[in-house]
Amino acid sequence: MKITLRIWRQQHREDAGRMVTYHLDDISPDMSFLEMLDVLNEQLMLSGDDPVAFDSACREGICGACGLVINGIAHGPQAAIATCQLQMRSFRDGDVIDVEPWRAKPFPVLKDLVVDRSALDRIIQAGGYISAPTGSAPDAHATLVAKTAADRAFDAAVCIGCGACVAACPNGSAMLFAGAKVTHLGLLPQGQAERNARALAVIDQHNAEGFGACTQIGECTAACPKSIQLDVISRFDRDVLFALLHPDA
Amino acid sequence: MRRSCDHDPAQGDRQTRRSQVSRHGGYLLAGLPKAGYARRWLHERLEAIRSEPVEAVHDRIATLLSIKGRRTITSFHRELGQIMWDYCGMERTADGLMKALQLVADLQVEFWRNVTVTGHNEQLNQALEHAGRVADFFELAQLMCIDALHREESCGCHFRAESQTEDDDALRDDDRYSYVAAWEFTGAGRAPVLHKEQLEYEYVQLQQRSYK
Repeated sequence: MKITLRIWRQQHREDAGRMVTYHLDDISPDMSFLEMLDVLNEQLMLSGDDPVAFDSACREGICGACGLVINGIAHGPQAAIATCQLQMRSFRDGDVIDVEPWRAKPFPVLKDLVVDRSALDRIIQAGGYISAPTGSAPDAHATLVAKTAADRAFDAAVCIGCGACVAACPNGSAMLFAGAKVTHLGLLPQGQAERNARALAVIDQHNAEGFGACTQIGECTAACPKSIQLDVISRFDRDVLFALLHPDA
Repeated sequence: MRRSCDHDPAQGDRQTRRSQVSRHGGYLLAGLPKAGYARRWLHERLEAIRSEPVEAVHDRIATLLSIKGRRTITSFHRELGQIMWDYCGMERTADGLMKALQLVADLQVEFWRNVTVTGHNEQLNQALEHAGRVADFFELAQLMCIDALHREESCGCHFRAESQTEDDDALRDDDRYSYVAAWEFTGAGRAPVLHKEQLEYEYVQLQQRSYK
């Protein structure tokens, strides 16, 4: 395959940045998108140019490290996959492909396609945890969990924290991410003790980081590599409302 | 925390510690009055050890960026991986491991002469990160070969071709190799030192396992 790439190049945080065009020949349709970028970087390094910086780790869709806006779509044209799971066979010979970083105010570009997503970490620090006694592990069945609750909690827990929801949202909202965490922990008995405090801490941190408000557009769930559904946001909103109305609960 | 100029600071410390112990359900936390002392103690020791390793890292980074050779980091990484796959994989021989040691050493020399690492040190530089890792992998690869060469038996999932039973099964040598090995790094280019922890079994008998 022959392809033309237009990639966002930005030396550092303060650099204005620009799209730069590259041409690649002999790209195998069986390559992953990131392997194609590896090939480009090999060529750039051999010619003494700075390779394109991009994040990746597991390259099997479970770690949440990768994330590119490809032709304007977070994680590219295929639904329910992360960027690393996208294959070049999803494109046609001769295609021109635009590659950009996540665009959101709380995600400053560090270099080229690498953004700082520590705002999501700070949301987790604010409330994405439970308090549990340390020491010896309790018996596996000491706390009973209803099957429906376990299933729904797991549906939310599959969030890998990649930030595609933020990149896809016209408001730059991280409510799908935050809602997934609050729903995951709030559905389980171990998460009840801090449920109210968690909802308020998470929404406060979310807003303090500069993420926008949710207007139920749904771009987030369309871009989510784990297909997390919008109902986690409704549940999050309900928990916040309950906590505000029952400050002593 | 109770603190005033007219009471005994030592007494204050004890009270603070006691209250913290009880407040945290038996967990002993470092007493806050000691934090200043600990910070000074740590700072002095960090300053003492900081200069030499930090300078070594700076030198290494400067060297990597100044080589400006003709081969990419990935090409070295892949060739190193191929050597290990071919000669230090599941089945290995003494001859193969000796060959691997030589190949890795030669490749390491070429790496430090001919690798190209682009960009600068003062910004995010993934090529430099990769180069540092591959530089370490040469040392690790050599250690893996040395360890494999040292263990002249077939054991676990590693098969020394010279050590097999008459019907081609893995042949253990518990008399000589019934220990856990830890290799001490003694510096770049120097031979590592072997430390052994003997495995002593009181109830089970070590015996040949059949994979058939």
